[in-house]
Amino acid sequence: MKVNKVYSYALLIPAGLIYGLLFLYPTIVSFFFSFTRWTLTDWEWIGLDNFRMFFEESSLMIGFKNTFIFAFLTAGLKVLLGMVIAVFLTSQMKTKRFIRSTVFFPVLVSTIAVGIAFSVLMHPSEGLINQTLALFGVSGPDWLGNPNLAIYSVALVDVWKGVGIATVIFIAGMMSIPKDYYEAHQIDGGNKVNAFWHITLPLSRPAINAVIILALIGGLRTFDLVWAMTGGGPGFSSDLIASIIYKQYQAGFYGLSTAGNVILFVMVAVIVFPIFKFLNRREVDL
Amino acid sequence: MSKHVATKKAKQKRSLGRIIVEVIAVLVCGVFFLVPFYFIIVNAMKTSSEATQLSITWPTEFRMLENIQEVLAARDHMLLLAFFNSTVITVSSIFILLIVCSMAGFVLHRRKGKAISIIGSTFLAGLMIPPAVVPTIWVLEQFHLFKTFPGIILVMVAISIPFSIVLYTGFIATIPKEIDEAAIIDGCGGFRLFFNIIFPMLKPIHSTVIILNAVQIFNDFVHPLYFFPGADNATVQLTLYNFMSMYNTDWNLLFTNVLLITIPPFILFLIFSEKIVAGMTAGSVKG
Repeated sequence: MKVNKVYSYALLIPAGLIYGLLFLYPTIVSFFFSFTRWTLTDWEWIGLDNFRMFFEESSLMIGFKNTFIFAFLTAGLKVLLGMVIAVFLTSQMKTKRFIRSTVFFPVLVSTIAVGIAFSVLMHPSEGLINQTLALFGVSGPDWLGNPNLAIYSVALVDVWKGVGIATVIFIAGMMSIPKDYYEAHQIDGGNKVNAFWHITLPLSRPAINAVIILALIGGLRTFDLVWAMTGGGPGFSSDLIASIIYKQYQAGFYGLSTAGNVILFVMVAVIVFPIFKFLNRREVDL
Repeated sequence: MSKHVATKKAKQKRSLGRIIVEVIAVLVCGVFFLVPFYFIIVNAMKTSSEATQLSITWPTEFRMLENIQEVLAARDHMLLLAFFNSTVITVSSIFILLIVCSMAGFVLHRRKGKAISIIGSTFLAGLMIPPAVVPTIWVLEQFHLFKTFPGIILVMVAISIPFSIVLYTGFIATIPKEIDEAAIIDGCGGFRLFFNIIFPMLKPIHSTVIILNAVQIFNDFVHPLYFFPGADNATVQLTLYNFMSMYNTDWNLLFTNVLLITIPPFILFLIFSEKIVAGMTAGSVKG
């Protein structure tokens, strides 16, 4: 029986056509157009000029640096905080459903809404955050107005919004660890702290890997949160590659914007792909 | 006997400790995760002058209904148009996704061979690769689809295909192949097998795909910004973004707007939270 004939390629065509035409094809031609001065109707080959511009202009270079900081900082914090909350929620707590729902809900709220709410909460004098800090005698910083701080403030809000997804992935990973391991550990006289280091953490590895990869990809591509909170400002201090792509597009520099896209593509490939390989190799070793 | 009393006391002590820990956990969680929402809600109920204080005190004058009316009427009922447009985009994209991704997921899981695994990885690559913006506009323009409903809908479908396919292949893996074989022996071809037998069995995963994509597409800001510009093409997230500069003194109206567009995902969350969490974790741990 020719089974493959039943599972005909024809069933793949609709998805393949849409994905190929509106995702793959633009990705492939982006490599070409990143070497041109481009008006959508006409193009002129300018070699590496767009890329040179990206790495020579400090206002563009800063986006490169920020994207790097933003992606690793948010991924790290999501893993750390998500792990703490997940350990807490897999213990015998009566309020865990409530806490899990509250931590998770921001994942479903629109990024623009979150950005607006937090840019108000982070207002330097009237904002709730600094008003609260003032109660404790701390004078809070200008979260979004200080060029050295803005990108970190946005990163914190991104963690606030995204830690829920890390938490639920960790919880799913921990729930799949057989209870026997913990019982055996207890019979051997181990305590709970040891159980975390020797059972929970190593066996949650697939979940940890998934969170790291997801958070890095999300972080490298972030645009909307920064756009809603700072617009890349003050100056260019909190620009990310994705916001530069938009700014150059708005200014009509289509070739330069596309070069930004290619740089982002290469960054994702160079950062995420090796980490993905590395993490999965460790997984096999265990 | 005394030992018994001692353990009882220790137990009481431990349960008291546990209650304290729980109370602290709920408080911390409330401060960090609920206060921002409370802040949005109380300020959406205030008058413009009271809202300028940006405080979390209860409003002295209750203005919620007036605020809602004003926000809905603003700029010639822009928000209503935006809700309509976003609904059209979300519903149409999901309808297409449901059909094309379940078909593709079926073949990708069942067919064996080198060619199909390359095709599968090509779809998966879409989970990582950032979409190329201007080239996509260029392609849309060639088909005269830029700034049109079909254009934005097809783009939303294209970028949502990878994750939806992951969900479908994962679920189809749990459907025994014997079902296919029985149908083939009965003389079913590929299409009839899929549409008459497999497709109806996918109901649980259809609903996951619907809910997750509904939240994603309804909340999307970036793609409508690029591929669906123009005054008549308002979507809810774009409208909210534009209101931000328009209402930078009327915080009450801005927060009313935030509140209104948070309601649809909140309702989905209330009804389907288990399903959403299961779908997101299943998809990610696999991918």
